Amino acid sequence: QKVSVEVLDHLEHLALVDFRDAEGVERLQKAIQFADQLHEVNTNGVEPMDSVLEDRCLYLREDDVTEGNCTKELLKNARAKVEEYFVAPPGNIPLPKLEERETFLQGS
Amino acid sequence: QVSAALKEGRVTPTELCQRCLALVQSTKFLNAYITVAEETALKQAEESEKRYRRGQPLGVLDGIPIAVKDNFNTAGIETTCASNMLKGYISPYNATVVQKLLDQGAVLLGKTNLDEFAMGSGSTDGVFGPVRNPWSYSRQYKEKSVPKPHSEDEESDWVITGGSSGGSAAAVSSFTCFAALGSDTGGSTRNPAAHCGVVGLKPTYGLISRHGLIPLVNSMDVPGILTRCVDDAAVVLGSLAGHDPKDSTTVQDNFKPFELPNLTDVSKLSIGIPKEYRAPGLSSEILSLWSKAADLFKSAGAKVIEVSLPHTCYSIVCYHVLCTTEVASNMARFDGLEYGHRSDMNKSTESMYAATRREGFNDVVRGRILSGNYFLLKQNYENYFIKAQKVRRLIANDFVKVFGSGVDVLLTPTTLSDAVPYKEFIKEDNRTRSTQDDILTQAANMAGLPAINVPTALSERGLPVGLQFIGRSFQEKQLLTVAKWFEKQVKFPVIQLEEVKRHGHGVFQHQKSASFS
Repeated sequence: QKVSVEVLDHLEHLALVDFRDAEGVERLQKAIQFADQLHEVNTNGVEPMDSVLEDRCLYLREDDVTEGNCTKELLKNARAKVEEYFVAPPGNIPLPKLEERETFLQGS
Repeated sequence: QVSAALKEGRVTPTELCQRCLALVQSTKFLNAYITVAEETALKQAEESEKRYRRGQPLGVLDGIPIAVKDNFNTAGIETTCASNMLKGYISPYNATVVQKLLDQGAVLLGKTNLDEFAMGSGSTDGVFGPVRNPWSYSRQYKEKSVPKPHSEDEESDWVITGGSSGGSAAAVSSFTCFAALGSDTGGSTRNPAAHCGVVGLKPTYGLISRHGLIPLVNSMDVPGILTRCVDDAAVVLGSLAGHDPKDSTTVQDNFKPFELPNLTDVSKLSIGIPKEYRAPGLSSEILSLWSKAADLFKSAGAKVIEVSLPHTCYSIVCYHVLCTTEVASNMARFDGLEYGHRSDMNKSTESMYAATRREGFNDVVRGRILSGNYFLLKQNYENYFIKAQKVRRLIANDFVKVFGSGVDVLLTPTTLSDAVPYKEFIKEDNRTRSTQDDILTQAANMAGLPAINVPTALSERGLPVGLQFIGRSFQEKQLLTVAKWFEKQVKFPVIQLEEVKRHGHGVFQHQKSASFS
């Protein structure tokens, strides 16, 4: 089955990355087809595995501050900043809907 | 050997550093390095020299030039992951493994080239261009190539290094450094090691800290070690392994660095030959080499048995899903706000993020992010992501069963064939290639097991072919001991780099010491 335009649009919103062209969409289709092979395997009664170290306890250290105070260092790499703030454009404005957006998907 | 030379004063760290830097310059056409840290390297070499003069070197690695893959953070040095997203990003800190090497006195020559964000199996998809395999310029390869009618075609016949740690492998293989760091998520250290004729070690997951390694798949990434011989790999491993409080996925067991014994009696060894690794597409050359290796162990008295890892054929599919999903999550941090590329789009945070990511990532990365997000959608989560995690357990259990039955080490091929010419390689897209090339190396990452590529012989085309040993969890000493024995038996030839007339002098001929231990 082909992935619907709604889902493609949804993915572009979630990932904040675009498909760019028909090749991008084709890539996804092929990826899904490829992944479908997983369904051949019988996994009845098998628990999902998150990590190969699941039998061990993760190391947790004491909640003490041991480093930091490197504001200047960290701000060096940001393009837009004011005093000790990173400057971002206004938030809470969702990406425009499919019809209004400049996306390849508009044509499909 | 070179370490002893440094101790005895036969060569000084600054001389060594200068020679290596000169070599880096004369091998520029390989495109192995993205950033060469000339000034800092020379400074480090000078410091090392002072220590040797006082008779107080920090250890075997003091003064040894090394290179680091460009997805490890290095303080004050640009770290790009071969992506537009991080061009110009100067790390504020050193990755733990980098810090450990520097603390031992190693001299950091520069950052090596890779596939963008370590996604790929050719080291061809980075924004700084592809890496060329030094063996393309070797006498051994040239002797076997069919002479072309036009002399200019010589330039376009070069073969790939494999990936994604191609730059590191090329750097070690061309003698510009004595050891290099790579990363291994699906075979990214062992694959280029096989194609470039060097030793590529993937340690057990949890042995070496990932702090500072820009993550791809948190549950499978490990820093990889590339050297010219197994003993060197053991030395580097010794300085890197161990618990790191900054990486809570490193195990807390006490790690003791070890020296490899010179194994003479293999009769107590049990070598497993997994039959499923006779993958479709495996070249007959490699198949016969694998067979010969098995016979080598047999005639030396080891027990060589065929074993089965039935879920091997699903490891690539499983990896495909788990990798893209973890990547989708890990790449979310790149939004242009705190570091890296930032788009000029300023209408809203979301549109700025979207534009930044559109401009910063290449097709491969974007493709994986989108696929990953697809598999993580509510309607797909159970069927793809959870399913893949279940298959992962089956794959890991296959290994547990085999090792539990008394097998010590598995012997498999590392790659399906020798290095292909770049022109051939780019005919297929990145995902197809990765799917084909990772098939023999991926399962070890899935199960978190240590694995090592040992250069074995030259193919009919004069290019290196390696074989892989997979060991039990945290049994690197046993794994490397077997690898060292094998290395001694096969006597892999030294690369005879031709004087490439356009690019400077035959510095290669003067390089005496190949290893540092």
